[in-house]
Amino acid sequence: MHPLWLWFHKTGSPPLFYRLAGRLMPWFWALALIIGAVGLYLGLARAPADYLQGESVRIMYIHVPSAWMSMFIFAFMAFCGALALIWHVKISEVLMISAAPIGMGFTVITLITGSLWGRPTWGTYWEWDARMTSELVLLFLYFGVIGLYSAFDDRRKGARAAAILALIGLVNLPIIHYSVEWWNTLHQGSSIKLLSGKSTIHPSMLWPLLLMAVATKCWFVASLLNRARTDVLEMESGKDWVQQMLPAEPAATSGQTS
Amino acid sequence: MRNGSAGTAFWGLLARDGMGLWRRRGELLSPLIFALIVATLFPLALGPESTRLSSVAGGVCWVIVLLAGQLSLDALFRSDAEDGSLDAMLVSGQPLYLLALAKILLHWLSTGLPLLLVAPVIALALGMPPSGVATLIFALLLGTPQLSVIGACAAALTASLRRSGILLALIVLPLAVPVLIFGAGAVEAVLVGGQASQALLLLAAGAVLSLAFGPLVCASAMRMSAS
Repeated sequence: MHPLWLWFHKTGSPPLFYRLAGRLMPWFWALALIIGAVGLYLGLARAPADYLQGESVRIMYIHVPSAWMSMFIFAFMAFCGALALIWHVKISEVLMISAAPIGMGFTVITLITGSLWGRPTWGTYWEWDARMTSELVLLFLYFGVIGLYSAFDDRRKGARAAAILALIGLVNLPIIHYSVEWWNTLHQGSSIKLLSGKSTIHPSMLWPLLLMAVATKCWFVASLLNRARTDVLEMESGKDWVQQMLPAEPAATSGQTS
Repeated sequence: MRNGSAGTAFWGLLARDGMGLWRRRGELLSPLIFALIVATLFPLALGPESTRLSSVAGGVCWVIVLLAGQLSLDALFRSDAEDGSLDAMLVSGQPLYLLALAKILLHWLSTGLPLLLVAPVIALALGMPPSGVATLIFALLLGTPQLSVIGACAAALTASLRRSGILLALIVLPLAVPVLIFGAGAVEAVLVGGQASQALLLLAAGAVLSLAFGPLVCASAMRMSAS
């Protein structure tokens, strides 16, 4: 057996995943907090205010990484869903379902920060702009995946249904995005393009943005592992390895709550 | 294991479900009545001025078609999942792709087609000019099969649940956004004096793609629900 394939199967076994995730999780939390703190400090305190948008440009350091994450996590979900459908890997089902609420959270943060930014800049909390509308539809897609999963009593069946829906959603996301863009240009001509000057962004603004992007990624991984661990415990609660671990490791509870 | 050709299975399923629908033909009317009632609500809510109504008529028609199409979705696979017909389809050895296509066709014939016929009436009643109505019919002809494909996939996903409730709409409506945009956009483009061809071509592309790949997705959802 190819070593990579072997590793894939080993990590897919719940007890090994549980232990590995427990070992990795603190590192990702630490990375997320440290990089996030540096990124936020640079973004909120050190980066210059924009000459047009003023101080409100600082919302970007939260908004843009969250927007990236909201799409990245949906793609991650669909990827895990494909693994779950094709090879019936239990862990990828768990990872997919654990990722969904995190992605939904980032989508909500994106929408809220976007509308807070829109108030001083565009003079309105909500504009039917192409990006905002497709982000809202993305939120509805997250609702659908989570709702479908939680409607099933049998979690493995629910995970497979949610995986199919996540894959449909991933294929449709670009179509929805471009159709919304098409609709927007039809209705109100060209609108403000948020990131049209992205390549010309000044390094003092680019660095905090990149740091925040890395920090949100680490946060996602840590949070994902945390959720997946509890999910694995719940799923395997009848198995020997969980039963053996429970009385022996009372200290583990304090690690899980972090 | 496998009795008869795939074509026999396709037409057999269509005939069986069509017969079932015909015996409960009162239910066939419910999407139409729902559409007419919702169409009546718009003038009551927006006021009777014909200029305002005719400017929103295209979008209103599309939203009504979208919502009315949800009503019959839940029944599409529900009884099959409950009485074991779905398991029988799986073990029959017939291509599930064709059986899924039969289900999609059935939904379109029982819901999409009647709505296609009633939508122009609603559009004219709301004061849409005849040029827009022609485009609306054409756009609905291309768009409603896609709505049936999306709806059938969602219905197959939720078939084994005791009740799907709001879940079906939650799954279908976001996925139907492109159909709505291009469908309503085609009508809008004609009414403002432009060309509808761009939107109609995109709708046609969507129809071809969803009819080609949708049954595959629907089949895998059927397999998921039956096991």
